[in-house]
Amino acid sequence: MVDRITVEVARYRPEKEAEPSFQAYEVPCRKDWVILDGLNHIKDHLDGTLSYRWSCRMGVCGSCGMTVNGEPKLTCATFLADYAPGPLRVEPLRNFPIIRDVIVDIDDFMQKLSAVKPWLIRDAEKPLAEGEYRQTPAQLDEYKQFSMCINCMLCYSACPVYGLDPEFIGPAAIALAQRYNLDSRDQGARQRDEVLSKHEGIWSCTFVGECTKVCPKHVDPAGAIQRYKLSSAMGSVKDFLMPWRGK
Amino acid sequence: MVASHDVVLVGGGGAGLRAAIAIAEANPRLSVAVVSKVYPMRSHTVSAEGGAAGVIRADDSLDEHCYDTISGGDWLSDQDAVEAFVKEAPEELLRLEHWGCPWSREPDGRIGVRPFGGMKKMRTWYAADKTGFHMLHALFQTSLKYRAVARYDEWFVTKLLVDDGRVQGVVAIELRSGRIQPILAKATILCTGGCGRVFPFTTNATIKTGDGMALAYRAGAPLKDMEFMQYHPTGLPFTGILITEAARAEGGWLLNKDGYRYLQDYDLGKPTPKPVLRSMELGPRDRLSQVFVKEMEKGRTIDTPYGPVVNLDLRHLGERVINTKLPFVRELCLKYQNIDPIKEMIPVRPVVHYMMGGVHTDIHGATPLPGLYAAGEVACVSINGANRLGSNSLPELLVFGARAGRAAAEYASSQKEPGPAVVAQAEDERRRLVHDLLQRTDGRERIATVRDAMQKTMEESAGIYRSGPGLAKAADRLGELEEQARRIGLDDHSRTFNTELVTALELQFMVEVARTMVGSALKREESRGAHQRIDFPKRDDQRFLAHSLCRRAADGSCRIEYLPVTITRWPPGERVYGR
Repeated sequence: MVDRITVEVARYRPEKEAEPSFQAYEVPCRKDWVILDGLNHIKDHLDGTLSYRWSCRMGVCGSCGMTVNGEPKLTCATFLADYAPGPLRVEPLRNFPIIRDVIVDIDDFMQKLSAVKPWLIRDAEKPLAEGEYRQTPAQLDEYKQFSMCINCMLCYSACPVYGLDPEFIGPAAIALAQRYNLDSRDQGARQRDEVLSKHEGIWSCTFVGECTKVCPKHVDPAGAIQRYKLSSAMGSVKDFLMPWRGK
Repeated sequence: MVASHDVVLVGGGGAGLRAAIAIAEANPRLSVAVVSKVYPMRSHTVSAEGGAAGVIRADDSLDEHCYDTISGGDWLSDQDAVEAFVKEAPEELLRLEHWGCPWSREPDGRIGVRPFGGMKKMRTWYAADKTGFHMLHALFQTSLKYRAVARYDEWFVTKLLVDDGRVQGVVAIELRSGRIQPILAKATILCTGGCGRVFPFTTNATIKTGDGMALAYRAGAPLKDMEFMQYHPTGLPFTGILITEAARAEGGWLLNKDGYRYLQDYDLGKPTPKPVLRSMELGPRDRLSQVFVKEMEKGRTIDTPYGPVVNLDLRHLGERVINTKLPFVRELCLKYQNIDPIKEMIPVRPVVHYMMGGVHTDIHGATPLPGLYAAGEVACVSINGANRLGSNSLPELLVFGARAGRAAAEYASSQKEPGPAVVAQAEDERRRLVHDLLQRTDGRERIATVRDAMQKTMEESAGIYRSGPGLAKAADRLGELEEQARRIGLDDHSRTFNTELVTALELQFMVEVARTMVGSALKREESRGAHQRIDFPKRDDQRFLAHSLCRRAADGSCRIEYLPVTITRWPPGERVYGR
């Protein structure tokens, strides 16, 4: 006898409905089932019209983020049984436009990601024939944590600043900018600075640290923002004291 | 609407992005489009864990990497392709270092390398145990700086457009709007990855449905060596999540129910406390998966609700090695299996992992169909032969992604614009999708039912060991399932992000691909690498030192012919491990 649990899923089909609503489904609540298994059970056996994104189901592709009982979660890494006896509510990630059901529009992030120039910038490329850029394990550790971002958008969903001000460049994009700024091979910090400091969003981040709390990969975007602010403030002081410093 | 580009890439994983950058660099005037059913950084390259092979150490040589690859592939690899691959792999990996990939390092800052299965020297570059993830994100983020690269994120390709004997683009559905339209191109490159989802128990993401293989096959390109599906020996039961071979490379042991390192009973070497290259747990994947079955038949595996398992023991490696070299393994075990590999053994069983076969290409990634190229797991060059070595697939998608990109760029530069005939074809395809699937109300079959039946058929007949009668039965069954897949009834008739429509089309692709796998396996009356016939247990170089080429006949059945293997310097010999 398998226990069952009721999953209330947010439904929104723009061709049919003006407003999102909830639809309840009863699914088996097996010990080793994650929420995504429950959604797949619904799609396969109860209602083929339910739409959601998923792919790797091992917490690394970043597709299946949803709001579960009010908190942003990767549904492939969150167990159904943790919500027993239910019901549990599955909604789209917050702070994004909804395309359909629990699928949100992340175009805004994709543009912001490009804007921070998340690639290695060099004044001069070293020819391949000269081999690798040396980087010690300690230098790697400087930025490694920020390179672990899977772009799952849980941090944007949790971020109160992004919720109020969509212009805010946001936790993941800043963490990824810092990932390159702190990479010993990179020389592009000043170029990224123009993007990061242009908008005051970064200064309005209040360090509530919700982004870091919900990050499934321990990237610590709040720490990245904090570090950026410090280095940027230091840079301004240096510019004031040493105006001859090259831009 | 009709979109048009010089080169269209189908798939935005490692191979697709590498190809896109190669095109942008070869000729910045060319317009390149990456059409992918998921955002590129969601592509399945992201799940690759252990590493990427490329010779960089003074004690290593290109010839040794060639030999390991060729013997690992049971002499079915084309040796000219292997030589090109092995030579270009280190520079491609180095290029990725210059693009920011966070490779793990030696204390002095040089690239670090680790041992890997079937490799006689340490040559596997790694980024802890998230190598594919870091490679993919480095490629994707680097691709953002090339303005010539346009992206069609979350567009699903349903058909290749062929006119006048050449491929001239694709038809695709924009998922967000449901719009169906042609994307024309002078050259098209398939980079859609593998097809593990035709089996029920696989490491492959749900998106790995053989799309590119089916697209090419329907368009008239042959599929090569489709009987060679690799089982990885260590997947977590139930989820099929991969526990990387790096766990054994760092010194993990495989133990049967008696705590015995059973590989020593199967001509794979003698157990030693420290790992020995090309021996025991560092043997090739095909052999280790086959040995699991033998061990099961002897009653020495452990029964669980999800089938028999053995144990992978990492405890003796200690917390520091596990946390620095295998952090993802620990994370996956803690999260999905509720065990801590520092203190407990990991239950594992063989799991469907990688398709050695694929769309037939030459060493430039060109298929026999003009205008069509393929690279990565979707393609079969072939460097992997009858069994791929761990850590060869990541450099493969770089080397052949770049090669296919350059070749397609050159071809596209000399072609004229696609003609009106393909636009008319695209309109036919649009009508088919709308009438036969989207608006159809008399469909009787449910996607999950047909899919489950297909997966069961494949597991029973085309698994680690196969037999003629079993395969013949499966071929008939798949014929029926193909019929059923054509009569799918959708619950969802809407346009906006209709994932059920996509799943139905993927199922049709999968059944098509499954038929080629079974058809090719039935004809190959020998045992070689990952293809083991209990009725033909020996390798037969007289008859089968050859690639199978599977072509689609008008009635949907497959016709098999053979193409000789290219041998340059390594004549067929015995595969020797651990002695």
